[in-house]
Amino acid sequence: MDYITWRSFYTVLVFVLFIGVVWWAFSKGRKRRFDDAAKSIFDENELTSTTKESTKQESKNNE
Amino acid sequence: MSQTSPYKVEYNLKVVRQFAVMTVIWGIIGMTVGVLIAAQLIWPVLNFETSWLTYSRLRPLHTNAVIFAFSTSALMGTSFYIVQKTCRTALFSNRLASFVFWGWQAVIVLAVITLPLGLTSSKEYAELEWPIDILIALVWVAYIIVFFGTLVRRRTPHIYVANWFYGSFIVTVAVLHIVNSMVIPVSFTKSYSLYSGSIDAMVQWWYGHNAVGFLLTAGFLGMMYYFVPKQAERPVYSYRLSVVHFWALISLYIWAGPHHLHYTALPDWAQSLGMVMSVILFVPSWGGMINGIMTLSGAWHKLKTDPILRFLIVSLSFYGMSTFEGPMMAIKSVNALSHYTDWTVGHVHSGALGWVAMITIGSLYYMIPRLWSQTEMFSVRWINTHFWLHTIGVVLYIVSMWISGVMQGLMWRAVNSADGTLTYSFIEGVEASYPFWFIRFAGGLFIVAGMLLMAYNVWLTIRAGEPTVESIDVAPANPTTKPA
Repeated sequence: MDYITWRSFYTVLVFVLFIGVVWWAFSKGRKRRFDDAAKSIFDENELTSTTKESTKQESKNNE
Repeated sequence: MSQTSPYKVEYNLKVVRQFAVMTVIWGIIGMTVGVLIAAQLIWPVLNFETSWLTYSRLRPLHTNAVIFAFSTSALMGTSFYIVQKTCRTALFSNRLASFVFWGWQAVIVLAVITLPLGLTSSKEYAELEWPIDILIALVWVAYIIVFFGTLVRRRTPHIYVANWFYGSFIVTVAVLHIVNSMVIPVSFTKSYSLYSGSIDAMVQWWYGHNAVGFLLTAGFLGMMYYFVPKQAERPVYSYRLSVVHFWALISLYIWAGPHHLHYTALPDWAQSLGMVMSVILFVPSWGGMINGIMTLSGAWHKLKTDPILRFLIVSLSFYGMSTFEGPMMAIKSVNALSHYTDWTVGHVHSGALGWVAMITIGSLYYMIPRLWSQTEMFSVRWINTHFWLHTIGVVLYIVSMWISGVMQGLMWRAVNSADGTLTYSFIEGVEASYPFWFIRFAGGLFIVAGMLLMAYNVWLTIRAGEPTVESIDVAPANPTTKPA
């Protein structure tokens, strides 16, 4: 395969990969998993972290 | 209050605290040097006829101090904080983490010593000589081990998106640094690049633009994806968009370097490639900006009362602005006007002071009280004051540089219609720039004043609190197996 053919092939390959990433990220089946991942930073204490009383502030604005 | 239970893991917040404090200190130093060299352009006498204080030596000191001391300390500190919190595990190795901190500070101190002495490889943003480059590589390898080792030990099924951005920044900077620093040493303090001619230039700007793309963009996007949702108390607008724009951003950025070499000896096709890739880069960049700003959708009122959130969101506006401006300036015909003028300087600072500094400052205001067992900074009102000082400073800076940049570009290209000779001599362009350089200097004073206020606020917060000791209980779910 000469250089130009290889580069053309590579361009198409990257394009297909990108479409694949978009399809993978936006497919319906994965919506929940991604939503959970987005919310995961709010359950940092899920593994029941023990902190000093004075540092328990994660929910200070939850009036 | 260290926990002795085998099921408790203590977070390493010490190294995060160290980096947080040094970020503020290096920020003040780096920005103050910037103000000094801005003043030297107006009053050249300010170099005091001393070679160490000349513009040519202090300018690399300024760029190294703000990029590698301020920004990189911020990235290292926040990445260690975020990777522990999101992976719910302690750092891979406390000893290596400590080596990363002290090693990196040593690199910066060596830069502060060697650059004013005039020891430089003369590669922009990679001025440090080869022995320091080796130290950087060692520290960076330790950084890779600590960060990725922690990811491997995570107790969560998913790797949160912020870590993806940090990870790409850490790996890419290692590659960039090692390739661009290939030199043949002729003495302990002097070396010559392994590459020659336009290849050397291309390697340099492949490095240079990806330092912008991965250090100053991807790394700080990692910061954004953690601190914006946390401070807004809302999950990121679209996690799926973050995945797509991550892959798009990192696969495009690597090609944009040639736009620094338009109309040079670099082959034309490479210039055009760089231009096209830079223009496309606009799309993933705005993906990140929109994702960050829209996280606040439905909660805009928080901006009214929360100055930290204001820092974070305005930083994203500057990010959006400079990632629109950048692709535009990468277009060859625009670049013909803008290159080598103050417009470039203004563009860099709208990214550096608007995006990088503001997202860092906002993140530090979030993190510092939590690192010293406080609920908030000593004075929230001062955060607001800092916000306005900083914003006014940045706006003065970039507006004055836009005007003087376009003016310089137009003056340099003006020709007399009668005989085609240049209308203006170079020095006339310099003279016309003075008022704008003064406005830039004034903007810099606002920014440094804000940073000093921040340092005082941080000092009082630290004094009022004590170092946070935080551990996470990783005991098995069944409580009966838990030791008393």
